[in-house]
Amino acid sequence: MCVAYPGTVIKVQPHTATVDFSGNRVEARTGLVDVAVGDRVLVHAGCILQKVSENEAAELEALMEEVKADA
Amino acid sequence: MTDLAEMRRFLSQYDGPKMRIMEICGSHTASIAKNGIKEILSPAIQLISGPGCPVCVTPTAYVDRAIALAKRPDTCLVTFGDLLRVPGSSESLSAAKGMGASVEMVYAPADVVTFAKKEPDKQFVFAAIGFETTIPVYALLMEELLREEITNVKLLTACKTMPGAVSFLLENGADLQGFLAPGHVCTVTGSDAFAPLAKKYGIPFAVAGFEGEELLAALYGLLHMQGKGMVKNFYPSVVTAEGNPKAKELIERFFEPSDAAWRGLGIIPGSGLCLRAAYASFDAGSRDLTEDNQQNQACRCGQVLTGKLAPTDCPLFGKVCTPLTPQGACMVSEEGSCHTAMRYQ
Ligand code: SF4
Repeated sequence: MCVAYPGTVIKVQPHTATVDFSGNRVEARTGLVDVAVGDRVLVHAGCILQKVSENEAAELEALMEEVKADA
Repeated sequence: MTDLAEMRRFLSQYDGPKMRIMEICGSHTASIAKNGIKEILSPAIQLISGPGCPVCVTPTAYVDRAIALAKRPDTCLVTFGDLLRVPGSSESLSAAKGMGASVEMVYAPADVVTFAKKEPDKQFVFAAIGFETTIPVYALLMEELLREEITNVKLLTACKTMPGAVSFLLENGADLQGFLAPGHVCTVTGSDAFAPLAKKYGIPFAVAGFEGEELLAALYGLLHMQGKGMVKNFYPSVVTAEGNPKAKELIERFFEPSDAAWRGLGIIPGSGLCLRAAYASFDAGSRDLTEDNQQNQACRCGQVLTGKLAPTDCPLFGKVCTPLTPQGACMVSEEGSCHTAMRYQ
């Protein structure tokens, strides 16, 4: 039930934003995060839960090296 | 560089000490099955499904109460689709709807605001079940109800917190050497929410995303963290150590800790959240729903949810109990361990 999907904010209104999921447009509540047009966001149950940061790959790689060095 | 091939090789050839790892979250259970992850793991690594499907842990008494509300002439029960087929003590919400009870299914709780404005004389009750991922969505709904001065919507809550359940399992001596921590719960709570448990029990937690590669990365990480009471975040695109501060503030504003009844686990003190007394007028009587009366006495959901039995060990599995004739909630929800085991067996 905790599924959430990433999309892109294409319009911001008071209390809601229009989020594009590869062509599908959905209105989502914005009260949990401040968002701007162009932000990548994670949507759960009609709400934007968090912004998606773009450098996951680099962060993960650093983390992998860290756990391997500690092990 | 740690690439996917290396992670797969490591996870399939691992022959160190036995690692029993619990994936707490039902969405993880479903993704692990869909991606065939168990099949590539070495026999020394075992994955066990935990109590992290909100539908599966919702007790029968809650379903019965929701049905009773839906049968009132002036009331409409609004819910996520997941809850519709869960057996109550005599029927499910979808059976009750078939007999004329007023039940509406939505994807977003905020849709209830539209219903309430359209039919101001009708009472709407939202079946607010869920973990920390969904609780801020209910808090936001509360804010909107107040802002829009809507008085014909109430919540029937069964909101639960994940660290509460994990703590219960560990206290009761669950034989586990690591946890895949729920990525979307941690998006809200922050990965730090599991740090006290990791420390207390000397057990590692790896926060995981939901794609196959993300789960492999977290498992790979966990095997390198063996015996260490620490939390590492393998889902940094949305999870931070402190989580979403706005969401946490909103939860704090509208909810307070309470005891909660988990199907199969019983009542775990302090593992739930209820609306604060100041918002009692929005509560559809959630506080006294503490019984855990189960419909089919032979159902082993409790042991399945705590990782003591595999779904296939239940005598009813695949015989009396199937996705079309579910005897327990673990077979109803798409993310329940029994349903997942049937689908991918
Ligand atoms: S197979 Fe059915 S009866 Fe057995 S534990 Fe799972 S849900 Fe319950």
